Amino acid sequence: MSGPFAGAAPLLRKEVLRFWKVGFQTVAAPVLTALLYLLIFGHVLEEHVQVFGQVGYTAFLIPGLVMMSVLQNAFANSSSSLIQSKVTGNIVFLLVTPLSHWAWFAAYVGAAVLRGLMVGVGVLAVTAWLAPLGWTAPGWTLVFMLLGAAMMGALGLVAGLWAEKFDQIATFQNFIVMPMTFLAGVFYSVETLPPFWRAVSHLNPFFYMVDGFRYGFFGVSDTSPWVSLAVVAASFAAVALLALSLLRSGYKLRS
Amino acid sequence: MPAVRFESVSKTYRTPRGDFRALQDVSFDIEAGEFFGLLGPNGAGKTTLISILAGLARASSGRVTVQGHDVITDYVAARKALGIVPQELVFDPFFSVRETLRIQSGYFGVRGNEAWIDELLECLGLADKAGANMRQLSGGMKRRVLVAQALVHRPPVIVLDEPTAGVDVELRQTLWAFVARLNREGRTVLLTTHYLEEAEALCGRIAMLKQGRVVALDRTANLLAGTAHQMLRFKTHQTLPPALAARARVTGRIVQLAARGAGEVEALLAALRAGGVEAEDLEIGRADLEDVFLEIMQGAPAAAATEALA
Repeated sequence: MSGPFAGAAPLLRKEVLRFWKVGFQTVAAPVLTALLYLLIFGHVLEEHVQVFGQVGYTAFLIPGLVMMSVLQNAFANSSSSLIQSKVTGNIVFLLVTPLSHWAWFAAYVGAAVLRGLMVGVGVLAVTAWLAPLGWTAPGWTLVFMLLGAAMMGALGLVAGLWAEKFDQIATFQNFIVMPMTFLAGVFYSVETLPPFWRAVSHLNPFFYMVDGFRYGFFGVSDTSPWVSLAVVAASFAAVALLALSLLRSGYKLRS
Repeated sequence: MPAVRFESVSKTYRTPRGDFRALQDVSFDIEAGEFFGLLGPNGAGKTTLISILAGLARASSGRVTVQGHDVITDYVAARKALGIVPQELVFDPFFSVRETLRIQSGYFGVRGNEAWIDELLECLGLADKAGANMRQLSGGMKRRVLVAQALVHRPPVIVLDEPTAGVDVELRQTLWAFVARLNREGRTVLLTTHYLEEAEALCGRIAMLKQGRVVALDRTANLLAGTAHQMLRFKTHQTLPPALAARARVTGRIVQLAARGAGEVEALLAALRAGGVEAEDLEIGRADLEDVFLEIMQGAPAAAATEALA
């Protein structure tokens, strides 16, 4: 293959192999974490919370946890791979190749999406039999899963390029990614919040990923799936543009 | 068309203590098929120059081409033509030796490369390590993999940045035999090394860098011919008289003094006798590249030397 994506396939293959070789840690562990969340929160809150009128709490929670796992793992994949290569110095093997910034982007984001999807499907597989999920519009589910994972893969790429040390990635993860996913309506419907916090939640792009994803299961959501799609697509485009321009300029890669 | 052309390459790093000029107006060509040595003390700018060639760093001004391809504007062709062995002993701990080589080959768009990968493994003494994870290899073995990685896409221009630093004798012999073969087959080799006997033995032409400038650029034979013809070497426990100490090179007990012609040798011996220095294992030999190197590095100011050679 020639053109701007030449070499992207081997890099994608390498990135997938990288997480797959430690799959117990990168795929199985997040699935177990999500299952624990579900068993504990579902057990405690099932009797007390009804969402969208007819949806039980466990059923409501499952798509939220699936999406949260997808987003966090997509971010973790690209960011940790890049920072590891930078800290250990083996990034040089990539820097001397003719790979374009398009190829880098496609491979890192592609691998992040794949890991997000594997974790998401894994979480769904172990939790889906715990509550009725509806499966009203699976097309929307897939679209939001892919687009959400791509957006987080691109964000992880930006974080990995910016960071110089592992703890900077941890900071990014703990102070930006975690709060934004937790406040995106994974555990509650934002419609139950006071007006001010509801308005704040609507500024969080992660909210639209979770909400649109959930629409695919129940056919109801806090916001129209089209609005969610527009917000998520725009966020992805913005982060992708940033990541591509950083890669193109060699930001913190080429001195 | 030269294999590599450096045209007025300068590089300035901004540091908290002001600008640091790592390279100043470096220009020279490496012809196709040459075995070329780039020498200089630590911090002279060798690795910076190679980094600019490889696209790891960008020149502040000037231009670098590989087989006529600009390393910035035509980086795809330039990087395909280059095989870089980096100085740092880096590796990807997730993969085996063979996986590492297949992956690297893929980046350059070379598929179905197993025969060449097998040959590289064989020639570099890695055949029995092909399935081993990179983490399990010794330092010397990791170094061999770095060389194999650089060569996996069959580049016509090979750059070796200190490839024998901390490497045992056996690997050095293996490596040089292999690189010499590649050079005989027509590939261009650019080598930086601290082992000057290696440079003297291998390189047809040499450039020396000092504080970011080229201070010597000539055929190795000419560099050797153009310097002090004799070297007086001996061992002693005693301190040398001040006049001799100023011009001597002392390594532990070993003292070396440069001399031009028999008359100067005699004068030196007389001075030693007069100073009461007992010289053991005294020998008079031809100056080697190390002598040339030290003479140039300690000698004339950088700018003047460049002009003299131009």
